[in-house]
Amino acid sequence: MIAAGLRGIGLILLVAYCLAPLLWQAVTSIKPAAELVSLPPLLPTRLTAAHYAALFTGHPFLRIMLNSAIVAGVTTLLALALGALAAFALATLRVRGRALILAAVLSVSMFPPIAVVSPLFLVVSALGLHDTLTALIVTYTSFSLPLAVWLLTNFFRDLPRELYLAARVDGWSPLQALLRVIVPLAAPALVAAGLLIFIFAWNEFLLALTFTATEASRTVPVAIALFPGLHEIPYGEIAAASLVATLPLAVLAFAFQRRIVEGLTAGAVKG
Amino acid sequence: MRAERSFDRPWGFLAPAGLLLAGVTLFPILYTVVLSLQRRSLLEAAPLFVGTGNYLRLAADAQFWNALWNTLYFTAVSVALELALGLAIALLVHAQKRGRALLYGVILLPWAVPTAVSARMWEWMYNADIGVLNYLLGTHINWLGSPTVALHAAIAMDVWKSTPFVALLLIAGLQTIPRELYHAAAVDGASRAMMLRRITLPLLVPLVLVALVFRTIDAMRVFDAIYVLTGGGPGNSTETLSIYAYKTLFQSLDLGYGSALAVCMFLCVAFATLVYGLLLRRRL
Repeated sequence: MIAAGLRGIGLILLVAYCLAPLLWQAVTSIKPAAELVSLPPLLPTRLTAAHYAALFTGHPFLRIMLNSAIVAGVTTLLALALGALAAFALATLRVRGRALILAAVLSVSMFPPIAVVSPLFLVVSALGLHDTLTALIVTYTSFSLPLAVWLLTNFFRDLPRELYLAARVDGWSPLQALLRVIVPLAAPALVAAGLLIFIFAWNEFLLALTFTATEASRTVPVAIALFPGLHEIPYGEIAAASLVATLPLAVLAFAFQRRIVEGLTAGAVKG
Repeated sequence: MRAERSFDRPWGFLAPAGLLLAGVTLFPILYTVVLSLQRRSLLEAAPLFVGTGNYLRLAADAQFWNALWNTLYFTAVSVALELALGLAIALLVHAQKRGRALLYGVILLPWAVPTAVSARMWEWMYNADIGVLNYLLGTHINWLGSPTVALHAAIAMDVWKSTPFVALLLIAGLQTIPRELYHAAAVDGASRAMMLRRITLPLLVPLVLVALVFRTIDAMRVFDAIYVLTGGGPGNSTETLSIYAYKTLFQSLDLGYGSALAVCMFLCVAFATLVYGLLLRRRL
């Protein structure tokens, strides 16, 4: 009984710890501006939607959300496609030196972005891709590849190779066999990897900060970090923006928590 | 036999990923090394080869040593706290059978919030005059304005954000421990504390190591959290290697010296990876 009680208290503390900063943002986002400059009152005496309205009228926030959605969506699809092709080669077709290739791919994921950002900046500028979403999509895809290759290779290896051999005997090309036999079976792994890649691409900051210049081409994290204020920091609007920007991820986290946890841990447990 | 031959051509499938990785990570890192041997500014066109000049400058640069120290301190303290707290959370959640899915969702939230966004959330809570933290604690701490406090404030934020990852990893580890071990131990009259010490913790060591590797490498690279929360200030008190390198590259526009700093960052991470790699190999 005592143990169960302590556990209950522990769980309540845990939930409070995880949610408190977000709840405070929620409170801030509906507090009238006048009540933001002093405490107390802790809770607003009246509610306002002004901070949310300001996001979508005086600020290109909708455009910025769209930028993030495009970048994260396209990155996810590209990384899954290239990752599935590579994983297929590594796991099903079998490559000599597979362990070495996988180790090399994994070590790439350890690269600090700061070590590659200046040459990439020079290349992006030289190609005229500065301030475009393309620059972000290409670099994000590359940075997501190690995760995609790693997770998918591990998953493909667990599939019986006979399925692939049978498809080949039936006269399908390797690519057809991949698309029609292996990919449908690998849906759980593709979803898990896709979720992690989407979240990574939605959240990435360093490259987005470097490769974008104008407000309209920014992604959400950069826009919120550089949120403009005339005289003082507009905390109400930042809070509103933070919640709107986090909402898609929160939905994913709750809807797909099992897949995300699988993806997060599969890479680590097998590694 | 005919079919078997065509299986031997995997390279076409590997090529797209391989070329992209080579172009976006391998080539740039080599280029960074080349840049680090030059005196080169984004403002001037002509680079000048200076050999190890930038590295000699680095050895004598107090701001570099400060940044290196801050990076190591931030990494050591935040990773240690994340492991301790993550273990506690893992044990807590693992013992809870009902509502697991909801709990996972809640735990995932801090991890899923973009770091830049959580930095602004914490910046608001840390506000010295009208921040909720001082109000609730009844204190007047200048969280982000005092050199000694600011780095710890950044660490607290990183712990909030990254502990869920550690906890989830360790929960996965707990789930792989066979229940029979606990039943057998209970039959032998072992106490709960003893089971924790003799069964749970030893069997969890491989995953603790994995969490340690991932978190250490991630914490060493820390950029967004500090860039948005404090910008490296006050003074240079929260400036890490990534921040110093970024400022040198893109604010001072000193590509040569900034690249030397970036190479240092790369070597630090590579060194940590190597050490952990050897450690894990011996372990597993």
